[in-house]
Amino acid sequence: MADLTTNFAGIRCPNPFWLASGPPTNSGGQIMRAFDAGWGGAVWKTLGDPIVNTSSRYSSVDWNGQRMMGLNNIELITDRPLETNLREITEVKKRYPKHAVIASLMVDSKREVWHEFVKRTEDAGADGLELNFGCPHGMSERGMGAAVGQVPEYSCMITEWVKEVARTPVLVKLTPNITDIRAAARAAKLGGADALSAINTLSSITGIDLDTFTPRPNVGGLSSHGGYCGPAVKPIALHMVQQIASDPQVGIPISGIGGIGGWREAAEFMLLGCGTVQVCTAAMHYGYRIVEDMLDGLSNWMDEKGFRTIEDFRGISVPKVTEWKHLDLNYKIVARIDRDLCIGCDLCYVACWDGAHQCIHLEGNPKPAAVEAASRARITTTPIAKLDSQQVKSYATPPARIPRIDEEECVGCNLCWLVCPVERCITMEKVETGRPRESWEQRTAARGAV
Amino acid sequence: MSTLPVPRNLERFPELHPPLDAASALAEANRCLFCFDAPCTAACPTHIDVPRFIKKIASANMRGSALTILDANILGLSCARVCPVDVLCEGACVMRRYNKKPIEIGRLQRHAMDWFYEAGSPLGQPVPLQSPITLRVACIGGGPASLSCAAELRRHGASVTIFDNRPLPGGLNTYGVAEYKLRPSDSLREVDLVRSLGVEFRQAEIGGAREIGGAVSLDHLENEFDFVFVGVGLGAMEKLGIPGEDSPGVIDALRFIQRYKTEHEFAVGRCVVVIGGGNTAIDAANAARRLGAEEVHLFYRRGEREMPAFSFEYEHSKVEGVHFHWLAQPLEIVQREGRAAAVKFALTELGPPDDSGRRRSQPIPGSSYEFACDMVIPALGQTRLTDLLHGTRGIDLNGGSIAVDRPTGRTSNPRYFAGGDCVNGGREVVDAVADGKRAARAMLNSDRPGGRPHPQEVSRG
Repeated sequence: MADLTTNFAGIRCPNPFWLASGPPTNSGGQIMRAFDAGWGGAVWKTLGDPIVNTSSRYSSVDWNGQRMMGLNNIELITDRPLETNLREITEVKKRYPKHAVIASLMVDSKREVWHEFVKRTEDAGADGLELNFGCPHGMSERGMGAAVGQVPEYSCMITEWVKEVARTPVLVKLTPNITDIRAAARAAKLGGADALSAINTLSSITGIDLDTFTPRPNVGGLSSHGGYCGPAVKPIALHMVQQIASDPQVGIPISGIGGIGGWREAAEFMLLGCGTVQVCTAAMHYGYRIVEDMLDGLSNWMDEKGFRTIEDFRGISVPKVTEWKHLDLNYKIVARIDRDLCIGCDLCYVACWDGAHQCIHLEGNPKPAAVEAASRARITTTPIAKLDSQQVKSYATPPARIPRIDEEECVGCNLCWLVCPVERCITMEKVETGRPRESWEQRTAARGAV
Repeated sequence: MSTLPVPRNLERFPELHPPLDAASALAEANRCLFCFDAPCTAACPTHIDVPRFIKKIASANMRGSALTILDANILGLSCARVCPVDVLCEGACVMRRYNKKPIEIGRLQRHAMDWFYEAGSPLGQPVPLQSPITLRVACIGGGPASLSCAAELRRHGASVTIFDNRPLPGGLNTYGVAEYKLRPSDSLREVDLVRSLGVEFRQAEIGGAREIGGAVSLDHLENEFDFVFVGVGLGAMEKLGIPGEDSPGVIDALRFIQRYKTEHEFAVGRCVVVIGGGNTAIDAANAARRLGAEEVHLFYRRGEREMPAFSFEYEHSKVEGVHFHWLAQPLEIVQREGRAAAVKFALTELGPPDDSGRRRSQPIPGSSYEFACDMVIPALGQTRLTDLLHGTRGIDLNGGSIAVDRPTGRTSNPRYFAGGDCVNGGREVVDAVADGKRAARAMLNSDRPGGRPHPQEVSRG
């Protein structure tokens, strides 16, 4: 049985699944219910000088009938009095001493204000602090959130102010709305941060109502840029996490955030170096109960792979991401189609013709338009037993609909495999080229030497 | 909109396949893989671009979805309800090979068609008549083949008149399809759509005042029109050819269906015998149950495996409570007190296969028995109406059906095209629509009689 207990930059908790700062961590009552459901920690909804929120705050991107592939929000930090939040932090820590309670902070860029907030939240019992330098909407217009995170010097300076008084570990939450996230990560490290959280939300407009022409969310006929999160942002988050994790100038723990909705995504972030993961959108979509499968699934996977603790596999995929110039140009794969599994949808055929390299063919090598024209010209009738000689009905794929790969021409791009709806029908298989490993860097160096 | 001739039938015949609600339709539409050169489209006789109309449902382009269907098949509404999708589009769905349920294409098509008719969405501006008119076509028969042919011609600017010897247009869609599949009111909505394109309808008044060959002669049609499209369907049902067939209490399946759909006072028997094993026999048997018959017994001279009805129709009928009797050939309808009171059957045995590949049935001597009933519904298939055309216009027949060139519907007489049941021997609505459409396109591309070239050639000259 895998051991999921976690020590993240000195913050101990029963498991690495934390709720990210946001609506699910708005109050003590919520966080205690989340801990009951199994969450290992929670980053409190960002504390600061109280604000006023708008009515209508979220909008989403649905995809192919699935709700909330991506979620966007224009909600600001907590709108509850600081005293209430601090009292509840104390109560939660009293009742759940083994769970991690992290206070997210965002205040005016004044040293004494930061000092005051750090002291008060630590006095309330928070196990750590997360500096919100990432929120891209609303607060950034007031010189906070992403407005700090986008300027490495500001990040460094404010982190230094916090570290002057902090007694608990300090996490800096990074904005992805920046050209190279490593600059922000290095600045936080330079300022003394104990760990990083990445990523915050991406600036977004999710869509426009085609009847009113108003972007969503609609606040009285106007909208505003929001922060995008949910499953859609995972690849962006993974990229940024890998960038930070592989940067020798950073070298501090990372709490991964961005599109994590299940144990599989959690494992991916950990393989790229994260010590904990934070979840918000999935909990907003389905409730706290999703953590059960996260714990169960991750634990089963670890057992299957022989990993006893998270440290056994954390970061092992980081060195497997490299610069393009180091990839082997002589590595070759080609697509193979399993004729027994092929259902004849011919999506691979049209994808290869229109979107790739024209190396998947149907009988007689026709072009797509000719295939369709031949079908349209065919005279088809309803089979009627009384009028037609009886035929054995077969649902087998007609051989003419099973495409063929021209392996000589196949560039091994993966597109056909990606579009094929049938598991294991198209496989990408290694072909021996007989040539030794050679990267672009080696090839150009060899040319230069000549 | 036309109303139902017998409103009570709404309750007596709830729909076999209820409509999808919008959310279910969206989920189902998203399940479609969007196959390239989709097998469902190839399997549809009218080649509706199925993935295209389904993806338009998914993208909330309902008008585009409906027009994609109607562009290929002007009777998309009735086809969505009556098509035997198991042996057509849904039978060809690749999902069957994926251990998954085929996409519910029929119900998605219905969803798009229901939207179209409920929105009162027009097809678009009617195509103006050519000026001068270069193609005039008469369509004989008001059923699906003629409606499709007329719509296709009219959409290309030709002038078209439909001559029909029934009071209401629509042919079997109005009079002959089981009520729980297609209501006459829906058939008439489709007729109205064809009318909206500018097709002229000439219906017989009750009593057949304008019947073809009577008040409207073929000579007249040939004088007034460039081409004649024959879409007359099949004739009355075949006779059993046994004693007692004309007794009161005996009514053939098509007349039975027509009467319950159109007559308020029509009453079914208490114990009904249906004779025949085709889809119409099943429709009549099911209808007899719904109309209140306590017992309905269907007799077929061959076995369960040889029955020509679609298997899903058979399964449905068993659920309706119809009793099936195999290997029984009727010998006589027994009268008592001036009415049909029983049917005398002989048991049969099956011999070697006939031309259709089904085993021939032969009565076993000395095996006869009587089966008591108070209504008999023979359903042996329909006779052919084509003798007049053969005798006076030299149109070749093939086993009683009109012989045509399949891709064009052209008969052996260059002025005549034909399609639907009178050509294919009695298939489905969708086959008739496909026949009518092909014939229309062929007429548009044909030289006019009297040496007039067709308009495309004129414009090229």
